[in-house]
Amino acid sequence: MKKTKDKIIEKIIFICGILSIIFVALIFGFLFKEGIEFFRDFGLKNFLGSAVWRPTSVPPQFGILSLIAGSVLVTVGACIIAVPLGIAAALYISELAPKAIRDILKSLVELMAAVPSVVIGFVGMVIVAPYVRIILNLPTGLTAFTGSLVLAFMAMPTIITISEDAIRSVPKQYKDGALALGATNWQAIRRVVLMAAMPGIIAAIMLGIGRVIGETMAVMMVTGNAAHIPHSIFEPVRTMTATIAAEMGETVRESLHYRSLFAIGLILFLITFIVNFVADLFSGRSKNQ
Amino acid sequence: MTKIKMNIANLNCFYAKKQVLENISLHINANQILSIIGPSNSGKTTFLRTLNRMSDFDADYWRKGKVFLDEKDIFSMNMEKLRSRVGMLFAMPMPLPLSIFENVAYAPRRLNLLKGKPKKYIDEIVETSLRDASLWDEVKDRLDESAMKMSGGQQQRLCIARILAIDPEVILFDEPCSGLDPISTAKVEETMMALKKRYTIVLVTNNVKQASRVGDVTAFFLMGKLIEIDDTAKLFVAPKQKETNDYITGRFG
Amino acid sequence: MKKLSPKLSQKLAVSLLTVAMIITLIPVSAIIFIIVKNGISAISWEFLFSMPTQGMRAGGIFPAIVGTIAIVSCSIATALPIGVCAAIYLNEYARDNLLTRIIKLAIVNLAGIPSVVYGLFGLGIFVMFLGFGVSIIAGALTLAIMELPVIITTARSALSNVPNSFREASLALGVSRWQTIRHIVLPNALPGILTGAILSIARVAGETAPILFTAAAFYTPNLPHSVFDQVMALPYHLFIISTQIPNMPKNIIFGTALVLLVMVLSMSLIAIIARIIFRKRRKW
Repeated sequence: MKKTKDKIIEKIIFICGILSIIFVALIFGFLFKEGIEFFRDFGLKNFLGSAVWRPTSVPPQFGILSLIAGSVLVTVGACIIAVPLGIAAALYISELAPKAIRDILKSLVELMAAVPSVVIGFVGMVIVAPYVRIILNLPTGLTAFTGSLVLAFMAMPTIITISEDAIRSVPKQYKDGALALGATNWQAIRRVVLMAAMPGIIAAIMLGIGRVIGETMAVMMVTGNAAHIPHSIFEPVRTMTATIAAEMGETVRESLHYRSLFAIGLILFLITFIVNFVADLFSGRSKNQ
Repeated sequence: MTKIKMNIANLNCFYAKKQVLENISLHINANQILSIIGPSNSGKTTFLRTLNRMSDFDADYWRKGKVFLDEKDIFSMNMEKLRSRVGMLFAMPMPLPLSIFENVAYAPRRLNLLKGKPKKYIDEIVETSLRDASLWDEVKDRLDESAMKMSGGQQQRLCIARILAIDPEVILFDEPCSGLDPISTAKVEETMMALKKRYTIVLVTNNVKQASRVGDVTAFFLMGKLIEIDDTAKLFVAPKQKETNDYITGRFG
Repeated sequence: MKKLSPKLSQKLAVSLLTVAMIITLIPVSAIIFIIVKNGISAISWEFLFSMPTQGMRAGGIFPAIVGTIAIVSCSIATALPIGVCAAIYLNEYARDNLLTRIIKLAIVNLAGIPSVVYGLFGLGIFVMFLGFGVSIIAGALTLAIMELPVIITTARSALSNVPNSFREASLALGVSRWQTIRHIVLPNALPGILTGAILSIARVAGETAPILFTAAAFYTPNLPHSVFDQVMALPYHLFIISTQIPNMPKNIIFGTALVLLVMVLSMSLIAIIARIIFRKRRKW
């Protein structure tokens, strides 16, 4: 009797084990099903080949290019800020900080990751955006640049934590070897530690990018939501995520507009899938060293 | 006439493509101590782990050949049943993160040995097992303390008590004294000698002197092969093989 | 350009890294400071425990707090057992084969899917396909899937921190695999598993996008009666009152943000502190 109970439990455990695969497949399946219907009705070429997003005009237009441009612009901006800062902070935590401070810093970074995106968006909207407008003398503070600032903050914990892991897992002998040859601490860090940790750091950057591309609420609240191809980073833009979040509430279920948002979701899914896959390859490589 | 407890026939063991045991055939007498000696990497531990199929958990492990316990093939036996009949003591003391009492009571509880017995029965089992492992007097006043706080020698004897609590037939000792001081070692050896009245014992050891002190029969393994097996008295006085002689006189290993 | 001397560049680098570390920490401190400073005046017994009035421009945020607690507790109740079982499978049973590699890849990708895409999925499967409607259960299940990767990863590392010798000792006594996991491995991994659970609760409690189309209501006059009701939720409420309602009193918005922030950060802090304590107390 005990035997059969064990067997049943082990079956359940196995099913839970493969559930992750099922969920990923289900998520992809649902997005794909709605997306495919949208492409059939509207045309993949019209979707990917146009920058005009006017879902409520007659006839409606669903050109995703301006949304992709918005997402890319905000993401690139965020990375330019977050990547160097994040790696530097990770180096500080793992190589320079005294042990007592290190744990506190790591906890703080973890707390950073916990701040809800809607709170960050709110602060970005009422504090950061007005400053951006005044300092840069812009017509509005709700711009791609503001979005980049806010997103940089949100990407930082991911980049710091994972880079720090990678840096810390570099065997100590590597650095000691360089120090023994007369290198300064910084030379040893830059030439040896940083190089050895590089695959892990690249994985960290990829995951940071994934986080930024997928971020929704904060971005929606600070980027001004103008669906057009921006000419500079100081203009309002609209990202793919914000479009889904802002418009889903107003669509009629099963309509073309409703499905177009699933199509955007599908594109987002594919982008993050690739980003995470690449990140996983790199982090796998850093672990094998 | 001694009874044969375990019989090993043409046993070959492998890790992936590497063969670690070659064609081992021997038998283990009941109520005797068989010591297995040999340099490291001679396959002693793999041999021992095969006898109660702990090796089944090792990655890439596979084997050919047969092992019999009371003339029954252990490889077609239920694994848990086999392990409750063939207990194993590891090189490093491995107490569970429980109290001293619960360490000994653990297996009887899990194996349902207490069903239909009065509540106090478990206390009896714990006391007898600790006594038989010559640990009772040292710990009887602190049975509720964590086993992790005991000394290494005490931990090792606790692990013996833990095995005795399920009353197996064979006990496998895998270099049980390798981490212990001489006094603790003497105590463990004493315990082993006392135990062979009730149990069949297989002892793997790197310590040739230990084998000569406690073993009734001694086997010498080298590079995965059984070089020689004989009564301990004979093997140490007049080994038949040159390798055995070299090893026990300390010329290599 | 002249090359800097090694000594000078060492000094320069150290100061740059230190500055970077400080810059990194400024925003989080600023956010906490600003929200506490502007929001503390709104916090009162009444604010926390009464219904909103006057089109949410006055009164309290009680239903939003209740809604968030309802959604989050339902989601963790679903995700924790599934996630722990998945972690047990990966750590205790899975062999290094193709299936295991695919599972790991799936977990990595589950962790990377944007929250708004989870929202779409929840809308598609729970709200529409399974017909739960916009409801606590639809939102909770959506969040549960989102929590899974965090729970699986933390539970798995908690399990793998349990020394192998414990498993061997138990198995060698003839105790079955599951019994060994149940009585030896799980109890010792429990602290780590629970910290992971708290961390993932903290994370989803602040999520807005996944519940946007699956659970959250703009305003409900009553508290929910069953898991099939829609509810107000704290993060969504903050989003609405800060973007959709004109002439919203500032201190109510900041007060709402403060409550949300305190909820989320205190849970994270508890998890972090618990982890430190457990690590110190570990018996092996």
